[in-house]
Amino acid sequence: MTDKRTCLYDKHIALGAKMVPFGGFEMPIQYTDIVDEHNAVRKACGVFDVSHMGEVLVSGAEAEKFVQYIFTNDIAGAPIGKIYYGMMLHENGGTVDDLLVYKMADDKFFLVINAANIDKDYAWIEAQAKAFNVETVNQSDIYGQIAVQGPDSEKVVAECLGLACEELAFYTFKTIDTEGEILIVSRTGYTGEDGFEIYGSHAYIQNAWDKLIAYGVKPCALGCRDTLRFEVGLPLYGDELTDEITPLEAGLGMFVKLDKENFIGKEALAKQKAEGLTRKIVGIELAGRAIPRHGYDVVVEDKVVGTVTTGYNSISTGKSVCMAMVDIEYAKLDTPVQIRIHKKLQDGVVCKKRFYEKNYKK
Amino acid sequence: MAKVIEGLYYSESHEYVKVEGEYGYVGITDYAQEQLGNVVYVDMPEVDDEVTAGEDFGAVESVKAASDLISPVSGVVVEINEDLEDQPELINQDAFGTWIMKVKLSDPSEVDNLLSAADYENCCK
Repeated sequence: MTDKRTCLYDKHIALGAKMVPFGGFEMPIQYTDIVDEHNAVRKACGVFDVSHMGEVLVSGAEAEKFVQYIFTNDIAGAPIGKIYYGMMLHENGGTVDDLLVYKMADDKFFLVINAANIDKDYAWIEAQAKAFNVETVNQSDIYGQIAVQGPDSEKVVAECLGLACEELAFYTFKTIDTEGEILIVSRTGYTGEDGFEIYGSHAYIQNAWDKLIAYGVKPCALGCRDTLRFEVGLPLYGDELTDEITPLEAGLGMFVKLDKENFIGKEALAKQKAEGLTRKIVGIELAGRAIPRHGYDVVVEDKVVGTVTTGYNSISTGKSVCMAMVDIEYAKLDTPVQIRIHKKLQDGVVCKKRFYEKNYKK
Repeated sequence: MAKVIEGLYYSESHEYVKVEGEYGYVGITDYAQEQLGNVVYVDMPEVDDEVTAGEDFGAVESVKAASDLISPVSGVVVEINEDLEDQPELINQDAFGTWIMKVKLSDPSEVDNLLSAADYENCCK
């Protein structure tokens, strides 16, 4: 199967991006330099093509009831314009995907899912939807999407795109009628910085991209998207969440409302919580500069006690750090552990997963 | 355009060796550092380690990826470039001026199996 291209593919090529396959798409991994792109988002503003993300519209009389049934977070009584983060789970508690739910109307919800999971998720959603009076539409090919991220984002979207978003609170969205179409603009992102995600037609997104680049906003690619989300402890599906990992093991219990009405996977998670976790994702900071990477062993006294899920030499702090799934007896803060890197054991210590403080505008 | 220097010996995996008497200074080429981008860590062997031509002796890492270092020569490591422990970016600044290890060559004729500057330049095209 050949990889898909987003509506911004030609822009990436024109900018000289290095392209890689990601989640079924040909995506830019870097334009010039991951470090420069990363720092632009931490200090000023950058724009990402996130058109590969999937969108599913759920509507109908039982839309809220249905979303409550497939989603771990609680959307009961949510105001229109509010966004929730959470997961869809298998019956056994493993994670189908993590996603955002946008409440568009009392009977209409917009689900934003991971690119790599679009086919799997949509098939799963359709199967669950049979028992409900709802309509589900996979809109992934309709929308283009860009993320404008960094402390200057509010000013940039206002001045460059004419989108006034000052009053938009964190994790809320609004629709904006502009240039003959209705955009969805949300104050969300995946970098730990203030910023906006804009969903529109391919034509609008292509035009907006050109305007932002001409305005001087740095084009930023998937390479720094990963280093940015990692530093603030945000999970990536495939690394910290998988079909086999529950949100409780990933440390995302605050997005799982076990006290709400039934949802798929609730029983398994309630049981896991009652019995206690056997493994958990932690942060690990290494003493030296060697870089722990996905799949490397976490070792205590020559015994493998876990696996690195994501690791880097943090661009913002200069420290070599990682997230790792470890056996529960080694998950306490300050536990000394080692990571096997190129045949050598490197000393480290369990720490918080947040390696850099988030800088959201709430 | 990546630099290539006359008089060094090159491997297809983008290491070079500069021979001085019975010693060889081994590093990565300018082309290799360009391809890697920002070098953020160099995993080096230890002094007295034995290295073998064609086998890995460490790794050089960018933000995203680790690339194995393949030794172009055989011998014993007599010195490593300790500056790289704190300043791995020296490789980006001057790849040919920043050797990674100094090896006492066990078989100096091995360099005959390596590429000349001209041949290496062709290999990078």
